[in-house]
Amino acid sequence: MEFRDYYAVMGVSRDATQEEIKRAYRKLARKYHPDVSKEPDAEARFKELGEAYEVLGDPEKRAAYDELGSQWKAGEEFRPPPDWQAGFEFSGASFGDGDAGEASDFFEALFGRRFRQGHADERAWQPSGPDHHARVLVDLEDAFSGGTRRITLRSPVVEADGRVRTREHQVDVRIPRGIVSGQVLRVPGQGAPGPEGKAGDLYLEVRFRPHPHYRVADRDLYLDVPVTPWEAALGESVRVPTPGGVVDLRIPPGTGSGRQLRLKGRGLPASPPGDLYAVIRIVVPPATNEPARQLFLRMKEELPFNPRRSLGV
Amino acid sequence: MQTPTQPGLPLDEHPPMTTNALCRTCRVDTTLIVALVQEGILEPAATRDGEWLFSATSVVRVSRAARLRRDLGVNTAGAVLALELLDEIDALHRRLARAERHARDV
Repeated sequence: MEFRDYYAVMGVSRDATQEEIKRAYRKLARKYHPDVSKEPDAEARFKELGEAYEVLGDPEKRAAYDELGSQWKAGEEFRPPPDWQAGFEFSGASFGDGDAGEASDFFEALFGRRFRQGHADERAWQPSGPDHHARVLVDLEDAFSGGTRRITLRSPVVEADGRVRTREHQVDVRIPRGIVSGQVLRVPGQGAPGPEGKAGDLYLEVRFRPHPHYRVADRDLYLDVPVTPWEAALGESVRVPTPGGVVDLRIPPGTGSGRQLRLKGRGLPASPPGDLYAVIRIVVPPATNEPARQLFLRMKEELPFNPRRSLGV
Repeated sequence: MQTPTQPGLPLDEHPPMTTNALCRTCRVDTTLIVALVQEGILEPAATRDGEWLFSATSVVRVSRAARLRRDLGVNTAGAVLALELLDEIDALHRRLARAERHARDV
């Protein structure tokens, strides 16, 4: 297994006081708490931090950890010394992280299994297992056709021999058509198993993965549509993609760059469905050969036009 | 362990929940629910025979408040403050995204 440098995780020196360690924990917990943080790896960082604090925040465990010596580097191959734990007695977990059974192999080799020491009001006996809360990224297309996402969950399970093991469990969740970013899905019976075998529920907060073409605002979509100067000036019917399929968009004569043309009902499905806004971008062809240069020169001479008039110049 | 595909049911289409059901689901006791209502961060969707009924989406808020309280060592008022600030940041992010879109479009 790999050695874990808990001091590096918490960003404190090996001679930090317990007070400094507590301060560092509070500060990092606020930064990486999955409910607060926007960092993509917040959940993993928060778990790592919880584990580091469980050891360093407890003077007994910290002393034991320090006993291993300072020559170890994070990620280095590690085996606990043969006489490990001979001189230490642990008076039970003093800090309970939210999810039991998610400690690293390294932690478990040193300190054994960790049990949930939740808040007093969460410790009451429950017939069903804890609920899982997770976030899932889905594609915009899933909102149109529905889709399936595989979610991997890790939960502690009491096995026949009475030992607690982490079991990974995968569940395929059907994402219903019409989902929007921020909505929460409940998946009954797919949380952690409970003492009587009845599992809690899984709650999935859905977010859209950024799309290369469409921007989402509630149920409306925005799509940049490049057009030529003559399409914009003369008007034209052009083909544009929508998540529901290609449609014809009529560009009225004299359309300026930035104008938003609405395709009613072509946004996210709902009742009523959202709209799709085509945002016009006028794109100028390069004048890299002589005939093209001649055309632009003719326009310059024959189309007197000052687009900066409104700026007073 | 592989289970067949499970349906994801949008919470906002679930029937409203009583205070007790909300407590059971979120594993909190009623004092937290009462405190969240008093702080104005949780609003009963309706009352039936004088009893509060909450939208099922409240599960997310209440669980989040409970986690913040547990993991950050703050009291209920602190968790409420964090929730409010998180909401505000979310709203600002949405406004910022709109403003950026507008700036690009003009």
